Amino acid sequence: MTLAIDVSGLDKSFGDKHVVKDVAIQVEQGHICGFLGPNGSGKTTTLRMLCGLLTPDSGSGEVLGLDFPSRAEEIKRRTGYMTQRFSLYEDLTIEENLTFVARVYSLDRARDRVDESLEKLGLQHRRRQLAGQLSGGWKQRLALAASILHEPRLLLLDEPTAGVDPQARRDFWHEIHGLADAGMTVLVSTHYMDEAERCHEIAYIFNGELIARGTAEEVIAESGLVTYEAVGPRADRLASELAGARGVAMVAPFGQALHVSGTDRKALESAIAPHRREPYRWAEVPPTLEDVFIRLMGRAQAERTAAA
Amino acid sequence: MNGFSASRVMAVLGKEFTQLLRDRLTYAMILAIPIVQLLLFGYAINSDPRHLPTAVLVQDQGTFSRSIVGALQRSDYFDIVRDARSPAELRRLMEHGEIQFAVTIPGDFTRRLVRRDGAQILVEADASDPAATGGAVAALAALPAHALMHDLKGAVAPSQGTAAPFEVVVHRRYNPESITAYNIVPGLLAIVLSMTLVMMTALGVTREVERGTMETLLSTPVRPLEVMVGKLTPYVLVGLIQAGVIIGMAGLLFDVPMEGGWLALGLGLFLFIVGSLSLGFLISTVARNQLQAMQMAFFYMLPSILLSGFLFPFSGMPEWARAIGTAIPVTHMLRVVRGSMLKGLDVAESLPSLAALGIFVIVIASVAMARYRTTLD
Ligand SMILES: Nc1ncnc2c1ncn2[C@@H]1O[C@H](COP(=O)(O)OP(=O)(O)O)[C@@H](O)[C@H]1O
Ligand SMILES: [Mg+2]
Repeated sequence: MTLAIDVSGLDKSFGDKHVVKDVAIQVEQGHICGFLGPNGSGKTTTLRMLCGLLTPDSGSGEVLGLDFPSRAEEIKRRTGYMTQRFSLYEDLTIEENLTFVARVYSLDRARDRVDESLEKLGLQHRRRQLAGQLSGGWKQRLALAASILHEPRLLLLDEPTAGVDPQARRDFWHEIHGLADAGMTVLVSTHYMDEAERCHEIAYIFNGELIARGTAEEVIAESGLVTYEAVGPRADRLASELAGARGVAMVAPFGQALHVSGTDRKALESAIAPHRREPYRWAEVPPTLEDVFIRLMGRAQAERTAAA
Repeated sequence: MNGFSASRVMAVLGKEFTQLLRDRLTYAMILAIPIVQLLLFGYAINSDPRHLPTAVLVQDQGTFSRSIVGALQRSDYFDIVRDARSPAELRRLMEHGEIQFAVTIPGDFTRRLVRRDGAQILVEADASDPAATGGAVAALAALPAHALMHDLKGAVAPSQGTAAPFEVVVHRRYNPESITAYNIVPGLLAIVLSMTLVMMTALGVTREVERGTMETLLSTPVRPLEVMVGKLTPYVLVGLIQAGVIIGMAGLLFDVPMEGGWLALGLGLFLFIVGSLSLGFLISTVARNQLQAMQMAFFYMLPSILLSGFLFPFSGMPEWARAIGTAIPVTHMLRVVRGSMLKGLDVAESLPSLAALGIFVIVIASVAMARYRTTLD
């Protein structure tokens, strides 16, 4: 097993704001790692440090077998980075954007590569259209094409599917899996839990701290969470009564149903005992990633307030 | 392994050109600014304003005096709006800006005229706007020869070839070192170039940061110097086009002479353009957004217009103002342009100003390079 990313002790502050705290990331070559966490938790900052756009305050390791961060320039050349916000030139055409990227990377066969890329995108007939006129989904595909034009070995994607319709999201993930199968390592930040489940492994960051990582199953198992689901008309109404009860770590509506979770099975069962009556039907279910993350977030928050 | 790469420079340069050509507003600005400025300033100066408000103080009650006042009126330049009763009233009128000219015909005018004893009339001009008074003052020169042609007969008639019967003494007030139109038009070259070039580059780079494209640019292997050279070169061309427009119009519309000194002018232009562009680049490394960049560019333009010798004579400014002016490249560029166009100075004679421009380029470009970040920190 080769690690494409093996970095630890990553720290970054902006002024006196400590934004990334002692983060360690390992991603196996050819794997897709989902990078999760609420807004403002430090995902973008971490990705930027990995590709040399920000200088870490501390942190060391290897990226693509190159010493991090001392060989950031070389890492940068071998890494593709797709920014959170569309950041190609909106006043250049699709073709001009790709050509520009090919040229700044001094790629050989630049014209052929651009043509191939356009063909793969299915954009040959629109090559002369301004990038700014594309819809969100097309912009995202163009940005992906631009970030892999130089055939990087590592691909960093920052919320690539935000604001993109479900069909385009599926196609996008299909493509990402194709790239990973071909040996590219992908670190992708996202908000969507269903996307997290498409990743080989996940890392969850909250408030700058990495609070869980591994495969989805590992993360769920390690949480030690027990979850019961209540089904029935307006089962979600039970939420207010159960929240805060002893043994209940968290309550989360799940469509028409309600998920009640805790780490102590006995306490949890006695907490829901009074509600085991008609019209509700109760059953133990495996916790979802979402349950786990909500739980992790709540705990991290509680620890923070306790420490403060 | 990642030294300076000409092909990366060409990539940035090509992209910048495409964007420039696609941006119609910029296109319009490149041509409109020099033309509009030149027409505004140029014609404000070249125009030959007439009917300027004039007050007369006639202390001599002879026919001759009446003839002179009539001749003034007829010249079109002067509108006699007031008959003053005392020198004090005359002074007050001028101080309040109610009149542009004050004409005094002294009490002994007729007596001296008849005796051919150095008769004089005094014309005081408010020359704070020299452009406004220039034509009128020129018309005064012809006054003595014609004003009294019909009055002077017989004994007092001037014999052929003798001096004019009286003298017009002109006192310019408020701005004795009056500036000529020739001074302003070449000066505009420096002003227009710095106005457009500093602002265009400052905005051009800041725009990349604001739109987020800088993040993509920084994630590629392109180096700071390559970005700078690639981004600025198209604007060198823009500057040269503007310079051509201004120099061409100066000759065609305003008959500003070109006395030679093309090499000095070319060298000065090149240094000044590169210096202005570097300054714009430097501003973009400080400004956080386009609005700030714009404000800084404006802030720089103020002393460039006021303290460079463009509007007011450099030698007439107080020491502190001259010190600031010396640090501004427009000051030196003005000397090069005026020197070469009006006086035909060559490179050796313009060397001090050219050297000052060279120093400015080196200092500003180095600071800009040092400040340009290859990261987003
Ligand atoms: N350049 C910066 N200067 C100051 N604060 C920043 C900067 N970039 C990010 N931050 C702050 O760092 C925190 C983490 O931001 P970010 O990494 O963008 O989070 P995420 O991508 O997970 O939403 C946020 O609180 C954000 O405001
Ligand atoms: Mg982000």
